[in-house]
Amino acid sequence: MTAALWVLVGLPATVGAVLLVSGRRADPAAAPCAIAATALTLAAAVVAAATRPSTSVPMLPGVPAGLAVDGLSAVAVVTVAAVAAAVVLFASAEMGEGEARGRFFGLMLLFTAAMLVTVTATDLLTLLMAWEVMGALSYALIGYWWREAHRVRSATLAFVTTRTADLGLYLAAGAALAGGAGALQLSGLASLEGGWRDAAVAGVAVAALGKSAQLPFSFWLSHAMAGPSPVSALLHSATMVAAGGYLLVRTAPAIAATGWAGPFLAWTGAVTAILLGAVALTQSDLKQLLAASTCSQIGFIVLAAGVGGIAGGALQFTAHAAAKSLLFLCAGAWLASSGTQDLGRLRGVARRRPLVGAVFTVGALAIAGLPPLGIWVAKDEVLAAALAASPALYAAGLVAAAVSAAYAAKALALVWAVGSSQEEGRTGRHHDATASASPSERSALLALAVSAAGLGVFALPLLARWWRTLLGAAGEPEPSVWEMAVSGLLSTAVVVGVWLVYARGATRVTAGALPGRQWLGDWLGLERLVDHGVVRPTMALARSLAAFDDRVVAGGVGAAARSAAALSRGLVAFDDRSVAGGVRAVAELGVSTAGAARTRVETAVDRAVGTVAAGARSAASWALRPQTGLVHQYYAQAVVALAALAALFLLVR
Amino acid sequence: MLSIVVFLPLLAGLALLVVPRPRDTAVAWTWVTVASLDLVLVLGLWVNYPTTTGSAEGAMGAFAYETHLRWIPSIGAGYHVGVDGFSLPLLAMTAVLFLACAVHSLRQRRRTRAHAVLFLFLQTVSMGLFSALDLLLFFVFFDLSIVGMYFVIAGWGHGRATRSATQFFLYTFLGSLALLLGFIGLYVASDPRTFDMVELTRQSPLEGQELAGGLVLLAIGIGLAVKTPTVPFHTWLPPAHTDAPAVGSAILAGVLLKMGAYGFVRIAMPILPGAWSEYAMVLVVVGVTSVLYGALVALAQTDFKRMVAYTSVNHMGYVLLGLGAAGLATADEARAATLAVTGGVTQMVSHGLLTGALFLLAGVLHDRAGTYDMGSYGGLAAKAPLFATLAALAFFGSLGLPGLSGFIAEFQIFAGSLGPVPVPTALALLGILVTAALFLRALQRLFLGGPGPRTSRISDLSVRETAAIAPLLALSVAIGLLPHFLLDRIEPAARALAALVAG
Repeated sequence: MTAALWVLVGLPATVGAVLLVSGRRADPAAAPCAIAATALTLAAAVVAAATRPSTSVPMLPGVPAGLAVDGLSAVAVVTVAAVAAAVVLFASAEMGEGEARGRFFGLMLLFTAAMLVTVTATDLLTLLMAWEVMGALSYALIGYWWREAHRVRSATLAFVTTRTADLGLYLAAGAALAGGAGALQLSGLASLEGGWRDAAVAGVAVAALGKSAQLPFSFWLSHAMAGPSPVSALLHSATMVAAGGYLLVRTAPAIAATGWAGPFLAWTGAVTAILLGAVALTQSDLKQLLAASTCSQIGFIVLAAGVGGIAGGALQFTAHAAAKSLLFLCAGAWLASSGTQDLGRLRGVARRRPLVGAVFTVGALAIAGLPPLGIWVAKDEVLAAALAASPALYAAGLVAAAVSAAYAAKALALVWAVGSSQEEGRTGRHHDATASASPSERSALLALAVSAAGLGVFALPLLARWWRTLLGAAGEPEPSVWEMAVSGLLSTAVVVGVWLVYARGATRVTAGALPGRQWLGDWLGLERLVDHGVVRPTMALARSLAAFDDRVVAGGVGAAARSAAALSRGLVAFDDRSVAGGVRAVAELGVSTAGAARTRVETAVDRAVGTVAAGARSAASWALRPQTGLVHQYYAQAVVALAALAALFLLVR
Repeated sequence: MLSIVVFLPLLAGLALLVVPRPRDTAVAWTWVTVASLDLVLVLGLWVNYPTTTGSAEGAMGAFAYETHLRWIPSIGAGYHVGVDGFSLPLLAMTAVLFLACAVHSLRQRRRTRAHAVLFLFLQTVSMGLFSALDLLLFFVFFDLSIVGMYFVIAGWGHGRATRSATQFFLYTFLGSLALLLGFIGLYVASDPRTFDMVELTRQSPLEGQELAGGLVLLAIGIGLAVKTPTVPFHTWLPPAHTDAPAVGSAILAGVLLKMGAYGFVRIAMPILPGAWSEYAMVLVVVGVTSVLYGALVALAQTDFKRMVAYTSVNHMGYVLLGLGAAGLATADEARAATLAVTGGVTQMVSHGLLTGALFLLAGVLHDRAGTYDMGSYGGLAAKAPLFATLAALAFFGSLGLPGLSGFIAEFQIFAGSLGPVPVPTALALLGILVTAALFLRALQRLFLGGPGPRTSRISDLSVRETAAIAPLLALSVAIGLLPHFLLDRIEPAARALAALVAG
């Protein structure tokens, strides 16, 4: 069923490209086309997941572009296609008449195609191509409202930051080639020769950490919130940021083979999960809270990849995708109806739109890791693998889980808070506080909520075993009952505790008591660090190099040209005074001799001398002729002279 | 057949000169017709190109469409032309670019006939250079291209055109003298004496003579480096581009710069393989310096056209990196070396298409609002959506986004060079990061955000401008998505050349 694979990646790409090229003319048809395309893509994903096709096309000499669906990518394609379908369905209502829908849906479809290629790629070339295209499309989507300069700046920052990390993949590709994996297969990374394996794994790890907004790259995800909410619902749940985690799970054998990369990634994931969870806790903007939460939740996938927990990593990928896209869509719905995403102003908003409130609650409780929802199971799978690797990692994972429960509970408590919220009458995009969700919005939200909750079924041993077989991860450690109970109780306790604190009338939106609140609220100050440590020095270097180029390099050439001109002027003067003067003197001498001779000697002698004089005079003027003072004429003379020399050189030899 | 491709434009140009007082429209359309015809002929060469050529008999062993006539037999120089996997893509790119310029100039009404004739002359010169297999013939075309471009800049430029044109002429002409010196050195070393490249490759004169080989390579290298251009010989480029007319810049950057880079794969590497390997590290360093220096200086520019000019230094630096790395590859890194050389040649084609498009797009700004200063614009996407779309495509292509030709070229260079020269390649990778930043900055300053003082003067692309620019970008996308139609031509020649210089 190679056809299913081609439909899977080709259909969204083609429809997306057509929509983009058609521009505003496509606006009325854009949403229906996109819904149809994503629905068919989802169908193709299911078929591909069942039939496991693979294919390859010639790309570079000796490096074909390969696509294949195995257990892991089966999970990924279905997740991605399903989330894309739900988000597009929701967005068809959200993106109204005034928006450039052809561009929006075209970009969303192309983006989906790029992500689907990323998760089915079998070699580094294909992966890198889709990976970078995804980055560029995220730029276009984050900067979708391009008239507002700050959004474009955010998009630029997001793209440049992720591309910095992408360089790792270029490095990995070169290392793979040098280390003996001629066709750059991902499966060949583990068996590369010598230090090339370390280089390749390091490159892959950096690229993945950047794309997944893990430490120290996390800050770009804060800026990515400048895009429309459906963009975040797609990019910052199931795709883009999730791609990094996916890639690490995919290359887990190579990571394990190096020895050092596993612990490094596991700890990076764990620390990101804790710190960015704390960042989420301090945010007063709902979308910023969700963004930080994304970093934190993807941290669990990175942790899983580091300790070789493929089953857990894949489950977390899917469970987080469902829950987080749901939450972003809810945030978008509230932004549309209330004109704000500030948590202080959103107090009690869930009571005014109960359906959105209800599904938001499901999503938030899933993120909190509450049993029996999806992420609870996924997290326990990850933690079981972590425990097998190191108890300290397990403990760190539990702390991260507790932090997740805290920020989720905080968001929940605020949106359900009673009264006291003054409804904002501010002007903004069309908003109507009591607007009920349209049928398409409602079905998208419900489908995602059911998935986010329903993935908890993998707690059942039978299904858990099926999941492991699907992923070829049969031998991995399984969470014991007490582990699942501990994490479930921990989450529940934290949720209840935080809820009580806020329900007691904590009016402050931010967790004031937290140490280093400002540092956390500012996303760990990473952006300022990069700005002062990298961006400004680079710009200063660029400016000084440009000045250097103008003054010294170009100036040096100019000075050389001027001194050459001065030299030639000097030679002209010398020529005039000495050489030509000499010739002239000889000529004059001749003339005067002739004059003297005329009186005494015969006419014949006279005539002879006269001829010499005339000859000398014309020689003098001929000698002066080349001295026109025009540099390029001197130059041409130099060329002639050089050519003559060269000819002489040849003849003499 | 090949000679017809080369001289057809010149003959048409002469014919135009003979016709008494032709109408401007007729001249313009004649030019377009001739350029199209030449492109069709090149496509004929492409389609009929024997695919087995070049793999068996060494880098310069086998050429298609060869013609070899006596020219100056006393010094062993002949009219020898032929095509292999390196020249064919460049011939095709040249034909495409000249056609784009012809279409773009359909409404050119300043001395229309002289303009058309000059470009037809330049086309013959360029096509001749890319098919020349004799050093003297190559040199003649090399120098005539400088003469032709001098008149284009001086005659149809703006700003301080005469000054920039003179500087361009003097600088590149001086470079060509170094090249001539090197050619004479090769001639003197050969036995029997010859300027024939194929014969010289077979002889490999100066092989084993370290000093002489190094000196000749130095002379040839400087000559080509000025034209390519690489740091520190690049300073003629920004003023020449800034003051040249749009079509002049497109040809200068798209075609003339390639003459330098092409010279490396056509002359320096195959005839002096030993010296090339010996001094390849110098080329790698020059390449990486050009990459980083060009990108950083471009980042600081406020003038759009100057910025694009400096990115040329950056992009051509990758070519040098790839070619140098191939020289340093060991025998068992032959695959990497092949990939690096293939990438270098792909980069020449890709850069021709993308930079050609970028300079034609830059011309839109000057035509309509009289300045390239990026601070004068902003929010152009609202006024000129088509302009913005094509520019965005060209920008992303130029910063190496997959799906466009630049990525195919640069990926091969990086992947192929990392094995032989890991540290320089890793440094050069930073180049694509800086170019990403600078093109996104330019995109934002020109097209996005709020309007600037001169935004209102910019109207969207006309049909003529679109017809000139869009095909260049379409080709770049075609190479980006289906590169093998191009790489199948380049790879056999690259493999043979890599085998010659590696190990």
